[in-house]
Amino acid sequence: MAAIGVLIDERDGKVKRTNYGVLSLARKDPGSTVYALVLSGRGTEYRDELKAFGADRIVTVGTDGANADSDPEAACAVLNRLIDQLGLEVLLGLSSATGKDRLARVAALTGAPLFLDCTEVDLGTGIVRKSHFSGRTTATLRMVKRPWILGIRPNTLPEIPCPGEAEVLHLELPVQPSKRMVVKEVRQGNASGPDLSEAEIIISGGRGLGSAENFGILRECAEELGAAVGASRAAVDAGYASHAMQVGQTGRTVSPKLYIACGISGSVQHFAGMKTSKVVVAVNRDLDAAIFNKCDYGLVGDLFEVVPALTRALRESRQQG
Amino acid sequence: MQIYVCVKHVPDTAANIRPLGGPQFDEAVKFIMNPYDENALEQALKVREGREGTEVVAVSVGKAAAEATLRYALAMGADRAILVKTEGYFIDPQETALLIREAILSDGSPGLIFTGKQSVDVEGMQTPFRLAALLFMPVAVDAVAFSLSGDLVTVERELEGDLREIVEMSLPCIVGAAKGLNRPRCPTLPDMMKSKKKEIRVVNRADLAVEAPAPGVEFVDLEPVPDRGKGAILQDSPEGMARRLLDLLRDEAKVL
Repeated sequence: MAAIGVLIDERDGKVKRTNYGVLSLARKDPGSTVYALVLSGRGTEYRDELKAFGADRIVTVGTDGANADSDPEAACAVLNRLIDQLGLEVLLGLSSATGKDRLARVAALTGAPLFLDCTEVDLGTGIVRKSHFSGRTTATLRMVKRPWILGIRPNTLPEIPCPGEAEVLHLELPVQPSKRMVVKEVRQGNASGPDLSEAEIIISGGRGLGSAENFGILRECAEELGAAVGASRAAVDAGYASHAMQVGQTGRTVSPKLYIACGISGSVQHFAGMKTSKVVVAVNRDLDAAIFNKCDYGLVGDLFEVVPALTRALRESRQQG
Repeated sequence: MQIYVCVKHVPDTAANIRPLGGPQFDEAVKFIMNPYDENALEQALKVREGREGTEVVAVSVGKAAAEATLRYALAMGADRAILVKTEGYFIDPQETALLIREAILSDGSPGLIFTGKQSVDVEGMQTPFRLAALLFMPVAVDAVAFSLSGDLVTVERELEGDLREIVEMSLPCIVGAAKGLNRPRCPTLPDMMKSKKKEIRVVNRADLAVEAPAPGVEFVDLEPVPDRGKGAILQDSPEGMARRLLDLLRDEAKVL
C-alpha cells in the first residue's frame, strides 16, 4: 500500500517513452498508489499516456516564481515537498542526465538512500541490482531507510500497459528560484538523429569505418532500422564521430533491444557501455575479433559490403510490406 | 583560494573483478585514480595556473592503499593530500560525504571543489550532490567545459542527445568533471620524484568526530556478469548474411 512517486522525464514538451517502464515498475503492486510527478505543469496534456501505464494520480505542479522544469534547485525543492505532502515512500525516475541530477539532489537534501542506473528493482523487498565495476559485476543491494530514491537505466524494465483512470491533481508549491545557480541556456550540439540512451536500436561504428564520411553507410542503415548511430571510443578519438555518439565506459551507457557493432573489436570499456543490450550483433572481417566471443550473432565480412547489403535487405522487406 | 579535489582509488576499468562473497572481492588487481577524478584534478591545476596564491588539495576516503592514488595526484601537481583511512572498501554514500566534509573543513576553507562525475567502481553518481548539500554549496556535474571569472563559475554540462546545458554558479561551488572537460596531464619521472617530498596527511576514520549515519543501504552481494558467450557465426556472401540475419532477428531473437 505504498505511495510511489514517479518523476516524469520530459523532453521538448513530450513524455519520453522510457518513462513507461518506470511507471510499470511502480504499478506492479496493485495496492500501491502511483503518482506521476510532472514538474513542467503539463500534467493534463500527458494524462492519457500516463494513465495508460498505470498512474493513479497525475500531479502537475505550479511553481509561482521559479521554473521547476529547468531550475535544478527549484526542482529539488519541489520534489522534497512532494515527498512530504504525498507521503511518498518511494521516489522513482529515469537515470537520464536530468533524472540523475534531480534524484541525486533530493536524496542529498533529505539524506535518503539513492541508487542510480538500476537495472532490476523489487519494490516489495527493496532489493536493487545495478552494475558495479564498469559492467564487470552486478551488485545486489538493499534499501533500508525510507524514502527509497531510485533511478532506472532507460530501456531496462518492461513497459506493461495497464490502463486505468487517473485524476489530475494540481498543486501550487511556491518555491524561490535559485539565486546561486542559474541555467543560462540549453544548446543543441552537432549530433543528429534519435538520442542514444533512448534508442531501441543502435548501430555503432568503430575504427574499422576509416573516416567520418564512411559513417554515412551506418546512417543509411539506421534510417531503415529506425536506429540511432553510435561510435566506439577509437572512432571518436580518430575524429570519425562526435563524443556525443560515444558508447562505452567514458561515453553513453545504452540498453537497446538491438545493438549492431560494425568494425568494433570489442574492448572491455566498450562492453561496459552496451552490455545490457538485449541482442548484440557484430560485423567484423576479422574472425578473431574479441567481439565474436561475446555477441549473439556474428557476421564475418567486410562491413563496407555487409552493412549496405543489410540496408538493401531491410529496404526490400519494407517495400514488400 | 583553496581548491579541494576529491579523488578515489579504484580498480582499473579493465581489471577482472573476482567476487569473494557478500561485498568482498579480490583486491589484488591493478588500481588507478578514478578516471573522471583525473579530469577534476587537471581542471583544478588549470585554475591554479591562472590565480596566484591558489592551493590545490587532494582528498580521498578509502583504505590505506589509496595513498597510491593521492601520491599520483601529488605527482600530477596537487600541493598536498589528505587521506581519511577506512577499514572497509565500500562506504555508505552519506557517510562518505560526511567524511569528506569533515576532512575539508578541518583543513581549510574551500573556494571551489572538484570531483569526478562518478566513480567507475560503484557508479554511485551522488558524492558531489551529498557533499554540496552538507556544505550548502551549488553543484553541477557532467561538466565538459569550465570557466571562472571573478567568483562566477560557468559550466557546460553534457546532456543526452548532444544537448549542452550552460550553468552559472557563484563561488564556492562544486563541479563534477566528465571526460571531455580536458586532457589530464601525465606526470613525468621528475614529477614522481618530487611528489615523494609532498605531504599526505593520513587521518584514521575512527579519529574523526563524525558519527556514522544509520546506514541507508545494505550491500548484499556482488557477482560477475557472464559474457554473452560466442555468438552464432555467419559466413556467407554479404547478401546471404544480411537476409539470414534479418530472419534471425525477426524469428529467433524477435527484436525486429
